[in-house]
Amino acid sequence: MNLDQVVESITASRADYDLKPFFYTPLPDVDAVGYRHAVLRDLEKDAVFEAVRAFAQQMRSMREHLAQADKLHYRYQKERWFLDAVGIYCQAVGALADELAVLDLESSGLVGFRDHVAGYTRSEAFTGLASQAQALDDALATVRYSIHIKGNRVRVDRYQDQADYSQEVERTFAKFQQGAVRDYRAKLPDWLDMNHVEAQVLDLVAQLHPGVFGTLDDFCARHREYLDPTVGAFDREVQFYVAYLEYIERFKPAGLTFCYPRVSGESKETHALGAFDIALANKLIGQSASVVCNDFSLQGPGRVLVVTGPNQGGKTTFARMFGQLHYLASLGCPVPGLQAALFLPDRIFTHFEREEDLATLSGKLEDELLRVHEILQQATGSSIVVMNESFTSTTLRDALVLGREVMNRLIDLGLLAVYVTFVDELASLGEHTVSMVSTVVPDNPAMRTYKIVRQPADGLAYAAAIAEKYGLTYERLRRRIAR
Amino acid sequence: MKAFLMHRDQDFFLPREPLPNEAALTQDLELTTLFDAMAGGDGFLFEVARTAVLSSLTDPEAIRYRQQVLADCLEQPSVVIDLYNLAVEAIGAQKRIWRSFLSSPDSVLNWSVQLLELFVSALRRLRGLADEHAGSFRSEGFNRFFAMLASELDDQYLATVEGHLKELKFRRGVLISAALGKGNKGIRYVLRRAPEQKGWMQRLSVANRSGLSFQIADRDENGFRALSELRGRGINLVANAAAQSADHILSFFSMLRAELGFYVGCLNLRERLAAKQEPTCFPVPDAPGEPTLSARDFYDVCLSLSVEARVVGNDLDADNRRLVMITGANQGGKSTFLRSVGLAYLMMQCGMFVPAESFRAGVSAGVFTHYKREEDATMTSGKLDEELRRMGDIAGKIRPGCILLCNESFASTNEREGSEIARQIVRALTEAGIKVLYVTHLFDLAHGLYREQVHAALFLRAERQADGRRTFRLVEGAPLATSYGEDVYRRIFGSALDAVPTAGSDRRP
Repeated sequence: MNLDQVVESITASRADYDLKPFFYTPLPDVDAVGYRHAVLRDLEKDAVFEAVRAFAQQMRSMREHLAQADKLHYRYQKERWFLDAVGIYCQAVGALADELAVLDLESSGLVGFRDHVAGYTRSEAFTGLASQAQALDDALATVRYSIHIKGNRVRVDRYQDQADYSQEVERTFAKFQQGAVRDYRAKLPDWLDMNHVEAQVLDLVAQLHPGVFGTLDDFCARHREYLDPTVGAFDREVQFYVAYLEYIERFKPAGLTFCYPRVSGESKETHALGAFDIALANKLIGQSASVVCNDFSLQGPGRVLVVTGPNQGGKTTFARMFGQLHYLASLGCPVPGLQAALFLPDRIFTHFEREEDLATLSGKLEDELLRVHEILQQATGSSIVVMNESFTSTTLRDALVLGREVMNRLIDLGLLAVYVTFVDELASLGEHTVSMVSTVVPDNPAMRTYKIVRQPADGLAYAAAIAEKYGLTYERLRRRIAR
Repeated sequence: MKAFLMHRDQDFFLPREPLPNEAALTQDLELTTLFDAMAGGDGFLFEVARTAVLSSLTDPEAIRYRQQVLADCLEQPSVVIDLYNLAVEAIGAQKRIWRSFLSSPDSVLNWSVQLLELFVSALRRLRGLADEHAGSFRSEGFNRFFAMLASELDDQYLATVEGHLKELKFRRGVLISAALGKGNKGIRYVLRRAPEQKGWMQRLSVANRSGLSFQIADRDENGFRALSELRGRGINLVANAAAQSADHILSFFSMLRAELGFYVGCLNLRERLAAKQEPTCFPVPDAPGEPTLSARDFYDVCLSLSVEARVVGNDLDADNRRLVMITGANQGGKSTFLRSVGLAYLMMQCGMFVPAESFRAGVSAGVFTHYKREEDATMTSGKLDEELRRMGDIAGKIRPGCILLCNESFASTNEREGSEIARQIVRALTEAGIKVLYVTHLFDLAHGLYREQVHAALFLRAERQADGRRTFRLVEGAPLATSYGEDVYRRIFGSALDAVPTAGSDRRP
């Protein structure tokens, strides 16, 4: 269903959160879906989203600082990076607590976290950490020193207000100033780490300022484990929601909407309006191409959507869309469409034609049947099956026979399915099948609308239209040949 | 510090936007001959001459400012040439200093200090010349220039500069201040003035030394590299300041060279003309819009520069005339006359002397030329097209107060058509306040304008003597219906041209 592409693209900029497991773990029940919907609805409020986004950004920066502290070698350098990380953390948590306190939250998930963080930021542990980090940073910022280099000897001292010599030289020559000048400043390397000369200088600076550097040593030793575990977990988990909301945001300028589906664990009456293939749409809006939306509906006894019609007409896309909607719904996410009521399946099975492979060509039908067999063995009445162009490697008759057999098995299981096929007869096997057809522009049959509409399968309609276009219908051929 | 020898209050810039009519002007007035004479074989002087001549001044006051500076130069040529050579030498010496990649602050600083030492000695010599000769210069420009040198480059200042150049070798080491930045790395490195060397008693006293120190071990190459980088952070800004100062002084000398270069070019030209006793004079520039244009014995300087003999001069009395129509004999000096008018304007308006006994004119807002162009044969059908397009270009740029020199414009079509086009153009331009000088064979045009007696026109005719010889003088007179092409034919072919129709009824006997 190209969901791997979707997940890849949702989590692309968030590799460090390890979010993929969330996207590959469908929810077991409708209550869990409701929990996530509520959190998402809260996060859709601009102020809430902004507060969480800002928090995440600072936490990311904090982790970068810790990683840097880890990589460095010299003690006072490591300690200062650690101190910065703590400072950023305190700021991030403090700001988040302030924001959440005044925000209008409804989901139990976020309300619960707000209570936790409010208590935490009032605790002695947190306030002490924050004020110590701040005081230490202020003290270090005021340290000034001088370095005197002569030959191979370096003397470090407290800075004693000597005059800025560069300015003096500049002033002396100012009278020659004429218009724009070239910048002769050499680009000096800007490494994060230190060489041993810098480290030696820093050591001497520390010796000249024993008070502040002693406090720094002490601070780092005492606060190794400063991170609150709940805050840490929130930071990761909320990214699942943020990532998804940010992802669907990119579809809005193209006029494509997402909706919270009504999800049921019992009713298999499922429908969607204005739904689309999220992976394809993502590609198309990148090319500024328009995206065609489709509807589907299974009411009463209808269980299987049978899709027929001209090739390249959007049938496969439609099948994918059907699967995607149910899968995304089972994650507790909004789905691509205007409105949807969906069934929460226990599993979703797909059977797509494998790419041509010379090695397996002879055994293609066999391979297909093996896979179908496997699906039918595992599927239950609560599963969803998406079958796309199965049995194309055999004769029409075989395809009809095999297709009918499989279809009947699916219907017997009572599960929901999409069955894309070139075999028109499969579209009218009884009350459980709903026939849908891909369509063409009436005046120009070569042009696809990518609309899949509910109507009886009729392969001949397309053939007639395309023949007319090329002047190959009976009437046209008669007249042309008569001349 | 500014030289201000070209303008009272602004620099003289060499690289400039080309004038829209520059190419045509250069070609039609044969300006290259003039520039060559001013350059005397020096490419730089050629550029200076070109820039100065083509960037006309339009304020008579600014023109007089240069005329006075030039008058000083004409009286003290050797001092001016000494000053010019000093600037040339200073700039040239700079090129001889090895300029490495300037990738480290140390290399930038070394290079700059060497350069500055060289420039400072040139500045000292400049001061010397100023001290010696200031008294014999009278112009406002030179007086200001010499006074500026005396005050800006006084002994105390030069001593300060030399002190810095010594200090910048850092014999007492480099003192840098710093603060703690990200990860406790040093930031805000600022070079500080190292403390004065103390007496030997203090130097010996260990108690007097504060701070803590360490030493880089002799074989610690990485350590020395790191130390030099640290030192580099300290001197980066001062190296930049020194290098930029060197650049600034270099541009001062460059400016001086360019400004004096113009006057050196004038000296070169005067020498050439004086050698063949051609007269020159400082023209009288009148305010823009002043309808004056008169000259005595003014000649084509470019023609004079390319022949051995003296050339024939003309007089012109065109005060209050908006249109000067020039007709008459072929090779009778019409084109030469037209060119000498254009040249006189350009030379006057760059502050130079003009090739004449006297010349007086209201300054023009710009000189434009529309000359008949030699076309290649395949383009004959597009000739009128091409002419009209060029005139269209001119029309888009010309403004009231400009001068338009037309040489055989619109002769590429038949006379009636050409005359009609030209008549409308001439009428429109002159009424717009543009002075037009028009050399033409188009009898219909010239005669028509003459009959109408409008546009405050002056009609000149190339003189032809009874025997057909040219005097190359122009005299006032009505247009004639023939240009005596017959004469030329005869001279060249050595026989009469029977077939030439003698169209004019007023042809002289």
